[in-house]
Amino acid sequence: MNINFKKMLAGALMLSTSFVVTQAFAASHSKETIKVGVLHSLSGTMAISETTLKDTMLMLIEQQNKKGGLLGKQLEAVVVDPASDWPLFAEKTRELISKKKVDAIFGCWTSVSRKSVLPVIEELNGLMFYPVQYEGEESSKNIFYTGAAPNQQAIPAVNYLMDEIKVKRWVLAGTDYVYPRTTNKILKAYLLSKGVAEKDIMINYTPFGHSDWQSIVSDIKKFGSTGKKTAVVSTINGDANVPFYKELGNQGISSEDIPVVAFSVGEEELSGLDTKPLVGHLAAWNYFMSVESKENEEFIKTWQAFIKDKKRVTNDPMEAHVIGFKMWVKAVEKAGTTDTDKVIDAMIGIEVPNMTGGTAKMLKNHHITKPVLIGEIQEDGQFDVVWQTDGEVAGDAWSDFLPGSKDLISDWTAPIKCGNYNTKEKKCLATAK
Amino acid sequence: MSHGHLFSFGRGVFFLAPIFSNQDVLVMSFFSMKNRILPFLIISLILLFSSSSFAETTNSESFKQALELLQSKSYNKKGKAIEQLVITKDERVQPILEAMLKARLFYTKEDKITVIGKKHDDGFSLVSVLDQKDLGVLSKSKLKKIKVNNKLRGVLRASIATLSLSSPDADKRLSAVKQMLGKTNDTGIAFLKAHLKSEKDTAVREKIETLISINDLNSSDKAVKLAAIKTLFNDLNPETRNQLETLKDSDDAEIATASQNALKNIQKKLGFYEKVNTVFFGLSLGSVLVLAAIGLAITFGVMGVINMAHGELIMLGAYTTYVIQQIMPNHIGLSLVIAVPAAFIVSGSVGVLIERLVIRHLYGRPLETLLATFGISLILQQAIRSIFSPLNRAVETPSWMSGALEINPALALTYNRLYIIFFCLAVFAFLYLIIKRTSLGLSVQAVSQNRSMARAMGIRASRVDALTFGLGSGIAGIAGVALSQLTNVGPSMGQDYIIDSFMVVVFGGVGNLWGTLISGFTLGIANKFMEPWAGAVLAKILVLVFIILFIQKRPRGLFPKKGRAAES
Repeated sequence: MNINFKKMLAGALMLSTSFVVTQAFAASHSKETIKVGVLHSLSGTMAISETTLKDTMLMLIEQQNKKGGLLGKQLEAVVVDPASDWPLFAEKTRELISKKKVDAIFGCWTSVSRKSVLPVIEELNGLMFYPVQYEGEESSKNIFYTGAAPNQQAIPAVNYLMDEIKVKRWVLAGTDYVYPRTTNKILKAYLLSKGVAEKDIMINYTPFGHSDWQSIVSDIKKFGSTGKKTAVVSTINGDANVPFYKELGNQGISSEDIPVVAFSVGEEELSGLDTKPLVGHLAAWNYFMSVESKENEEFIKTWQAFIKDKKRVTNDPMEAHVIGFKMWVKAVEKAGTTDTDKVIDAMIGIEVPNMTGGTAKMLKNHHITKPVLIGEIQEDGQFDVVWQTDGEVAGDAWSDFLPGSKDLISDWTAPIKCGNYNTKEKKCLATAK
Repeated sequence: MSHGHLFSFGRGVFFLAPIFSNQDVLVMSFFSMKNRILPFLIISLILLFSSSSFAETTNSESFKQALELLQSKSYNKKGKAIEQLVITKDERVQPILEAMLKARLFYTKEDKITVIGKKHDDGFSLVSVLDQKDLGVLSKSKLKKIKVNNKLRGVLRASIATLSLSSPDADKRLSAVKQMLGKTNDTGIAFLKAHLKSEKDTAVREKIETLISINDLNSSDKAVKLAAIKTLFNDLNPETRNQLETLKDSDDAEIATASQNALKNIQKKLGFYEKVNTVFFGLSLGSVLVLAAIGLAITFGVMGVINMAHGELIMLGAYTTYVIQQIMPNHIGLSLVIAVPAAFIVSGSVGVLIERLVIRHLYGRPLETLLATFGISLILQQAIRSIFSPLNRAVETPSWMSGALEINPALALTYNRLYIIFFCLAVFAFLYLIIKRTSLGLSVQAVSQNRSMARAMGIRASRVDALTFGLGSGIAGIAGVALSQLTNVGPSMGQDYIIDSFMVVVFGGVGNLWGTLISGFTLGIANKFMEPWAGAVLAKILVLVFIILFIQKRPRGLFPKKGRAAES
């Protein structure tokens, strides 16, 4: 009895807190509203990255409401906290769609959280915008991928190292989970196709939050001392980066000797660490805060005013959310309704300006066009763009360099309407997983 | 201008001509892969000019021009400016290049004066480069940084190296020669040979001679080649190895066998140093494990409290370091020293608080203690998230803790790890003395062996409990100071260490400090020896499996408590 009572009490407490949270956002608009779900972890390990995206969404919704809302209605943010707990992402999605009746969800960061949401969002025919660079090999009717696919980040970065820096030996270092593993598989296949010998590629995986990099860095040093130019392509995630770069610095490996190009280190991450050992190392993104353009300047100004912090930085996934949100607004206006199927159809072909002076276009495969930028880390935690693609690169859901996905394309327009259409056999494989 | 001057000027122009006549070619060659040659072009130019007295005005004129060029946006132009600066041989040049490398070279947005800045509260205190005039403090927004990229950094380092070859400081000359390793060409070697005649420092001489020998490996003269192989027989530089690798398949049998022998010898030595290196890595990983676990050895080992908030006490120590660094941003080294007692006090008092408020009521109920302390750990994490934000905080490393102690080209011990090994041993000694030599330690031992008997002897057991827990927690805080130098300081950093800490304590034998020390180092070294062939992920798993098996065989760890106390 006692335990049951405690359980009930705990349940009641949790319910009431979530009630208070959602009520707080709902309170001001009692009239009919369009609800936008925000599904980002506000606690747990991913809070470090995802809290910012929640704030970005709140800012965008506030801005849109100031402009008069959407279809004559006010927008309303429904914020939930999946707490960096992957199965909870699925539950919260169900709650957002079935109970809260949201019309679109902006959310997720890690690939595993997206994979957890995927079956639910397809089952309930919802709509989600996913703002983070990812490993590709996926395309769902109900998800729009506004972050970079591998061909919009990893492959151009490798091209840059190969052509401009003349790198001959490659270290592919990553954290041990799905994004680095898939990306490195693609990169390895790509490098081999470019004539790089197997012995000139070193692949290394480390656990999450790895902090003792001594032997790995010493291995990299040995690998790089054969006289051929060596570079590290890093898919090392989150916290593990700091001790990695520190160890590089301490063992005397400078960015001139062995440059490291990272896919997961952005302005936000750099603001939390001592940047001295990182100066000169590279990162590949589709947006940098230091890019000079009218849109970007304005965005930074509004963001810093909204968050009330003049030193707060912006980053790539934030830009992706801005683009995704603007596209959704345009599509809803075009369709004249928030009905999921109509909005999904209206989304394709929508163009909005991105923040690097170009245009982002939603493609048939639910990915967008993006420029690719390579930046060098500066001491103030900002990036200095050293190279960029001539124009925007179209996102490719299925990599051309993996045997299993070479012949697959994704096309959500009639007549194909399929996330994994095999162009050779001319048929759609089962529903995208 | 006198005839002599004209002549020397003419000579200078003659040598400059091929470089400056075609800017495109210059830029290309400057930034091509062959840009290693550049420093030596510069050296040869310096040599030329140093023999003749260049007209003062021309020099300062070109110095000024170069400064203006430095403010341009194009990296190619900046590269040219650096080159021009080096040629002037002006004594102001080296500080400029060093400032540029450290991103401390600016120009004022208003008057376009090139200045070297020093961090000062919310701006930079500035000194003009041209006339060394103090310009006071300016805010960051009024300055434009002269940015560098990787290629320029390489050029800067090489230029600084050549400039510091004439430095009176032998250490600087030594590092200059090291910089040139693997980046030499004939001009450079000729210059080094010339420099060797006037060089007095033996270490620098040796380094230069090695460099010349490595270059001789490329010589077309067979005798020279063989002599070079002989002198480099014990040399561990990777450049030597790479050269010998190409020579071992030489058509000339004599050279091939000689280089094969040399390679074999070098490989043998390398293998040895690699082992030494791995042991060092293991010791340093072990010292981190011991530091994290030793506080737990007190609270868990001696008191028997399963404290899941131990990691968060470590985190508090790390955040204390961060706060103290924020208070005194200009004394990074000193702040670290102050942080040690401060972290001890902060974490220690939190520990005492936890003991008084929660754990006291739960003695003898391990499951409840585990749950309660787990709850406390979550509360502490979220509290830090609310106070400091969920983002990681940057804790700076003082300069004496970065870099490495280079014993030879194959073996370099990083300073931060060295310090932490010693720090760990010092903390261990400190704790050991407290337990063995003070009256508190005596009471702790008495209470942990037999609580009721100790109370009967007049020991206030509850006070001893609080102090012991505080001591263990304080030590965890000290560990946090050390860890802030190795890894991230963030709200969940403690989580990474809690499992490892328990592992070390259980393996070492509950209630035994020596056991903790030895088990920490054993696990560290074992992990590092396994990592190269098993990978970091598998190595960790293997260590865990090994411990599980070990505990099955010896449930009380390496050094179990003996006697009657063990049974309780």
